[in-house]
Amino acid sequence: MDAVTQWQKQWFDYTQSLRREGFLDDQFAQLKKLQDESSPDFVVEVVSLFFQDSEKLLSNMGRALEQNVVNFKQVDAYVHQFKGSSAWIGALRLKNVCINFRNSCEAQNLEGCLRCLQQVQQESSALKSKLEYLFMLEQQIVAAGGSIPIME
Amino acid sequence: MAAVSASPSSSSAAASMGLDSGDKVPHVLAVDDSFVDRKIIERLLTHSAWKVTTAENAHGALELLGLADGQQNFSNTVSNVNMIITDYCMLGMTGYELLKKIKESPKVKQIPVIVVSSENIPTRIEKCLEEGAEEFLLKPLRLSDVKKLRCHLTSNAGNSSDEGLICVGR
Repeated sequence: MDAVTQWQKQWFDYTQSLRREGFLDDQFAQLKKLQDESSPDFVVEVVSLFFQDSEKLLSNMGRALEQNVVNFKQVDAYVHQFKGSSAWIGALRLKNVCINFRNSCEAQNLEGCLRCLQQVQQESSALKSKLEYLFMLEQQIVAAGGSIPIME
Repeated sequence: MAAVSASPSSSSAAASMGLDSGDKVPHVLAVDDSFVDRKIIERLLTHSAWKVTTAENAHGALELLGLADGQQNFSNTVSNVNMIITDYCMLGMTGYELLKKIKESPKVKQIPVIVVSSENIPTRIEKCLEEGAEEFLLKPLRLSDVKKLRCHLTSNAGNSSDEGLICVGR
């Protein structure tokens, strides 16, 4: 097996596992469809933007939950935005944690919210590593002279 | 302060100068206060060969349309907008309120407005449609959603390749 085929196989296996484990759903494949010669780094750019944005949102959520009188509506607004962005990049697990988070906000359940915030931070961190690895595999394919397979 | 960014997809600087009468590239004004959403919506549209101008909020959109209250400076306005796509949930003025302002203005009320939202709330959808939105779409949008929007374009966009296209329901 030549280098390109090896890297492509690794890429394929990895994307399958990401789907299986629920890290990504088919919205991610939709994003990849928007990438072409005129916009070759589109997915990496969007993902990068997403994590920059999410850092701010997570920090805002944390601060809001530390207040003496917690403004649950404000926290909910941050979670809503985060959930929306997560959905755009196909971050299924993150999206699902946000749904729970919103429920805790609605119930004004501080403990629940704090637990959810921790989960969101963990999932976010995990997803970031996974996507970095995926992008690395893609770089290897291209460096070996191959092209990245279409994600179904 | 209203924040505005004009990022036309075509190479010409003519986004604010309007299209030639023979130019059939649809021009969309996309309004969303999330950076991630805006970037993806813009790409969805440019990928489908549409020209896009984006606004970060409703006030920015109104300025671009020349409709902002007390607007003196019209140098940034865009013309020949064939469609407006707006997020529903925005801080300050919502997409619904923006929709109302557009439909109340003789200058722009004929421009089709599409409202998008990440939440599927029937009463929300109903009130937008009643206020004159052409369609209400759920986020995240897909390429197939953008393809379906073609039927809502106003006639000066030209749909010669889509003759016979039927708009299916609202």
